[in-house]
Amino acid sequence: MSRTHVELRGGAYADSVALLQVSRTVQGVEGVAAAQVAMCTPLNVEVLEQMGFEVPDAATPNDMVVAVRFADDAGDPDRALDRALAAVDEALAGLGRRTSGSAEVAPARTTGRALREAPGALALVSVPGPSALVEAMDALDAGHDVMVFSDNVPVEQEVALKRVASERGLLVMGPDCGTAVLGGVGLGFANTVRPGPVGLVAASGTGCQQVLALLDHAGVGVSHAIGVGGHDLSAEVRGLSTLEALRRLDADPAVETVLLVSKPPADDVAAEVRAFADGLSTPVGLALLGAGHPDLTEATEALLRSLGHEVPAWPVAGSASPATSGQLLRGLFVGGTLASEARIVAEGLLGDGASDGHTFVDFGDDAYTAGRAHPMIDPTLRLEHLAEAGRDPETAVVLLDVVLGHGAEPDPAALLAPAVAALDQPVVVALVGTGGDPQDRDRQAAALVEAGAEVHLSNAGATRRAVSLLPGGPR
Amino acid sequence: MTVVSPTSVVSVGADLFADAVAGQAVDVSRVEWRPPMPGTEADLATVAADPLRRDANERALAAMLGVTAHLVDVVPAANALGLEPGQFLHAGPPIAWARASGPLRGALMGGAALEGLVDDPDDAVALFESGRTVSLEPCHHRGAVGPMAGVVTPSMWMFVLEDLETGRRTHCSLNEGLGKVLRYGAYSPEVITRLRWMGDVLGPLLQAAVRATGPVDVTGILTQMLQMGDEAHNRNRAGTLMLLRDLAPAMVGTGHDGAAVAEALRFVGGNDHFFLNLAMPACKLALDAARGIEGSTMVVAMARNGTDFGIQVAGTGEEWFTGPAQLADGLFLGDYGPEDANPDIGDSAITETAGIGGFAMATAPAIVRFVGGTVPDALATTRRMHEITLGENPRWSVPVLDFQGTPSGIDVTRVCRTAILPQINTGMAGREAGVGQVGAGLVTPPSEIFPLALARLAELARARATA
Repeated sequence: MSRTHVELRGGAYADSVALLQVSRTVQGVEGVAAAQVAMCTPLNVEVLEQMGFEVPDAATPNDMVVAVRFADDAGDPDRALDRALAAVDEALAGLGRRTSGSAEVAPARTTGRALREAPGALALVSVPGPSALVEAMDALDAGHDVMVFSDNVPVEQEVALKRVASERGLLVMGPDCGTAVLGGVGLGFANTVRPGPVGLVAASGTGCQQVLALLDHAGVGVSHAIGVGGHDLSAEVRGLSTLEALRRLDADPAVETVLLVSKPPADDVAAEVRAFADGLSTPVGLALLGAGHPDLTEATEALLRSLGHEVPAWPVAGSASPATSGQLLRGLFVGGTLASEARIVAEGLLGDGASDGHTFVDFGDDAYTAGRAHPMIDPTLRLEHLAEAGRDPETAVVLLDVVLGHGAEPDPAALLAPAVAALDQPVVVALVGTGGDPQDRDRQAAALVEAGAEVHLSNAGATRRAVSLLPGGPR
Repeated sequence: MTVVSPTSVVSVGADLFADAVAGQAVDVSRVEWRPPMPGTEADLATVAADPLRRDANERALAAMLGVTAHLVDVVPAANALGLEPGQFLHAGPPIAWARASGPLRGALMGGAALEGLVDDPDDAVALFESGRTVSLEPCHHRGAVGPMAGVVTPSMWMFVLEDLETGRRTHCSLNEGLGKVLRYGAYSPEVITRLRWMGDVLGPLLQAAVRATGPVDVTGILTQMLQMGDEAHNRNRAGTLMLLRDLAPAMVGTGHDGAAVAEALRFVGGNDHFFLNLAMPACKLALDAARGIEGSTMVVAMARNGTDFGIQVAGTGEEWFTGPAQLADGLFLGDYGPEDANPDIGDSAITETAGIGGFAMATAPAIVRFVGGTVPDALATTRRMHEITLGENPRWSVPVLDFQGTPSGIDVTRVCRTAILPQINTGMAGREAGVGQVGAGLVTPPSEIFPLALARLAELARARATA
């Protein structure tokens, strides 16, 4: 007599039609000669007994019975049983699966709920800072990577999120992560790039965008640009997301070289990240933004050379004239990293006098964005300060950035160009974007040049030029 | 794990970013995010970051879903609970006579008369005011639940439900039917007479039948009745008849007088709510399995005493978080109107706590009008409850929602995040003692009790983090 397995499942219930389907599925499993999954109604018990199964006397019509007879050549008996029971469970679970086409369903109210219907989705969190951890934790709880655009998230919450992610092998991009490009899909403020050999890890949104724009001009593509948030390499956060991002890029065969863009990290964190990077099979270059380090343009040039690629001339359009009045450089930025880089480059050129009243304001700083949209979305605040700088007799040269890409203003020049045209001072603009960006970079550049600005692709180049226009500045 | 190009994105927050992703031909689902209940942001973040929470909630949900409740006996409360003369159980969180509502007072007065503590129920007022020879205690504190006023006295017969794997038990009185009944605060002679018949005839008969039949799988009946149009709070018709199916042969075979058996069968079969008093302790038995799980934010009891609405949470021990019970919105019997109704009362919200009742409204379209709704409302209600619950019950499914499991395990944090309150189907008792039922409808808990529970969970999480 061949081997059989009979088990009762109290409290389980499905209707008879559904159970016929389940039975049929299980009958098709390798090593199964016969199978019946049914409620223990008297009729079903009779059928089962006719099939040669012994149903326990304790069975009631409220019990589900799973009865399987194995083929004589079923092989390892335990494995055949496991296969059959797995098929039963899968088929029963499938009965409750939702199909589309039911009545209209209201949108989910939490990230966790939305992810139940979206297996494999990436979560993108841009709620106000005080609620960001809660939504991001939903994603981690469900086993999903998450990008957190929200700023004003306390660092202890960032640490809590990243520790959880690290334990589970998940990636938290952010908080305060402005930019990511994953396999060509831009998230947050992101530029349109072609696929290619470079992987970026960036603790800086606009720093990342600058590198993307320069690489695009040089004709080099990018596989992924993973933002990790500006605090990731701090002494508190200790590069938790940077390490995970490096691990992921190293595992991707399309990535030939990695560039890490960040402010200079805490010393011991830098050493830890360096040691980790050295253990990877993919070379990792560092672009650290700080006095004594190469600027982003120079770091990009080094990356191009390491790939054996020619370094192109970085484009400049229009021409500003040297300042005729005032003595100060007014840098008004929407990109935090671009503001920092400009300050560092200018201080390097101007020497000890650099702090004498020149300004490099980041309107994307938390202090300006609490309760208001980012200046790459809403230019109002910077335009007000721009007009004010123009009225200031001490202003000699104005330095601006314009950042293009997904998520940013659809036509930044529309409001900025007239404001630039109204200024008496020379204006230099770093226009950070790629040829494929939705705003049409060439048209933006043309409008700004028309308004009298000199437009650079390289922020460091724009800064050098602005400094050179100052009265008595280095020529 | 490597980096992959996202095939879909769930976006919560600024629509701009969702638009930007959608513009790149990637599927985007947008969360309809709104700010959480006022003042809860910091506590929500603390609890979300509590390292115990996720695992604790998984265990709490699994513990609840893993319990199968069997009816194993029917015995007087004196035997089942050790209830002594003068001890009274009631629904909801703890309350004293001075704050007790009309229907609770009426039921206590009737209970005192039933126990022979007074001859006339009206004489019991002095007894309860002095409080010297009587005491009040929540059913929940004695492993029991009671619908509406939920008054239990020592001589009342109780269903005994057991988790056969652990031996844990819960209890509930026998359902008296609708209209002028003790649980709605009525205590007229007909009420007391019916209770005496239930004690003298129905209880012993059911005891004999259950003992002869052997354990009855109440969870299994719930599984089936949910597919037969019952939501197991305001509609229990299929469940009641399935219980009769299981017990009737043994009732006939007990050797009791044929006329008494016939009367008992007629009483049970004619009372569509008879099974409610089995659904409730089955739900409590399941939820009790999740009690005391440190870090869990799952609600394990919702109960009302006619004055206060209280919840208990798996991660906060026996503490009740209470606020004022609300008035139900629904339909009224006869000439009664909203001014006649008492605020929400009863332990029966244990059904919603376990994911049925109002949470399974979609499966009971037959009663949506009785509680003042429409069929689309019912579908939307069940779907909405999935927003505030930890998971789905694989045994209890809703055919009209493509057999989706019922929304199970109310999560305090999700309630605070969405401000979606648990939806409860309920009967309405008259405001005055002695009136009885005046209607039925829909009600929610007072919203402030969820932030209270959340604050306690956050306090405990902070204490663990600094310990």
